[in-house]
Amino acid sequence: METLERIIAEHPFFAGLESYYTNLLTGCASNARFDAGTYVFKEGEEANEFYLIRSGHVALEIFAPQRKPVMLATLGEGEILGWSWLLPPYQWRFHARAVEPVRAIALDGKCLRTKCEQNHDLGYEMLKRFAQIMEQRLEATRLQLLDVYAVR
Amino acid sequence: MMMMATAATNDPMLPQPCSVRQVVQETSDTFTLTLEAPSGGCGNQFQPGQFSMLWVFGVGELPISISGDPAERDRLAYTVRSVGQATQTLVGREVGEAVGVRGPFGTGWPVEQAQGRDVLVIAGGIGLAPLRPVIYEVLHNREKYGRLVILYGARSPRDLLYRKELTAWARQHETQVLVTVDYGGLSWRGNVGVVTTLFKHVRLQPARSLAFACGPEIMMRFVARDLETYGIARERIYLSMERNMKCAVGFCGHCQYGPHFICKDGPIFSYDRLRPLLEKYEL
Repeated sequence: METLERIIAEHPFFAGLESYYTNLLTGCASNARFDAGTYVFKEGEEANEFYLIRSGHVALEIFAPQRKPVMLATLGEGEILGWSWLLPPYQWRFHARAVEPVRAIALDGKCLRTKCEQNHDLGYEMLKRFAQIMEQRLEATRLQLLDVYAVR
Repeated sequence: MMMMATAATNDPMLPQPCSVRQVVQETSDTFTLTLEAPSGGCGNQFQPGQFSMLWVFGVGELPISISGDPAERDRLAYTVRSVGQATQTLVGREVGEAVGVRGPFGTGWPVEQAQGRDVLVIAGGIGLAPLRPVIYEVLHNREKYGRLVILYGARSPRDLLYRKELTAWARQHETQVLVTVDYGGLSWRGNVGVVTTLFKHVRLQPARSLAFACGPEIMMRFVARDLETYGIARERIYLSMERNMKCAVGFCGHCQYGPHFICKDGPIFSYDRLRPLLEKYEL
């Protein structure tokens, strides 16, 4: 049977993390499931967790007045959902909607923030890993903005 | 590896008239034109990745990659985005009307080098067209190749080419097809994001893989860089380049790109040859 600790330890996002830290993280982790069409979180809500997606797809959406929601990106198996728990004001900036049934590991951001404050080595590890995710998503968004397939 | 026109005349500058067999609308602005390839004419033996010069009589000549099946010797297929007068006239040809064909020209994808290896095909937009012959080649000779992974990015769901074939390819043995769009409507159930975001879902062995990419140049620049990070060596990454091809045989110089003529030395190049040029401003 797969334990939470093993799933976390084997997840690429936590590759190379000392077992002491994966133990700490496991203390903040729980299983989560979302039915298709339900929202994992909504813009403006408190951001107190993040998710390791184990299966299914989640769409990140943004709303503009008098327009349908715009789907900015989708995240799938093996990907990380959510970093607003890490930075003040700890509020979600987008909606996240399960496009299909989603299984995930939820990590309690409040719990993790406390542990990161108490242990700066852990805090630095988390920041480094999330900074890499942010950099990848920023670059993907820049490329998306170029609208490279449009007729010139 | 340049292959000159195989037309009966042996004159690479002389177009051969070929009659239109079929025109299929792929998307709102993209069409696949299939031409009859009479024996001995129309350069009907091509390597995946090569292109032809298509004459629309009275309008002009266009370089168009061959998008059909190399095993179908009696026809030549071209997928054309209709964006100007020449392309509009070309895709507006009726069945039985003539189109002038020169070629095939240029280098092909190194499919022989890919034998025994995993093959990663990465296409953006209409860039899937020059890669489709590679996919046919691998699927017709499945035992010669390892896994086939096809990553395809388009602007929106309605811009996806060859939708039925994508579904059929995904059902083939040892074949993974991942599709993404830059802008997905709420009814779209697939991936949203640029094609490079699909890399993390790819299942193959980078050290024994060859990658073939075709799409807008900036997309290929990002793709090639990420492929290297993924573990595929520069010399095993191949890109299809596009410039203003005119004569198609390296005489006129219109398609010069650094020290290369795209029509003659390309359009397929390995990334290790292209990398210094791709990063030059305004080249």
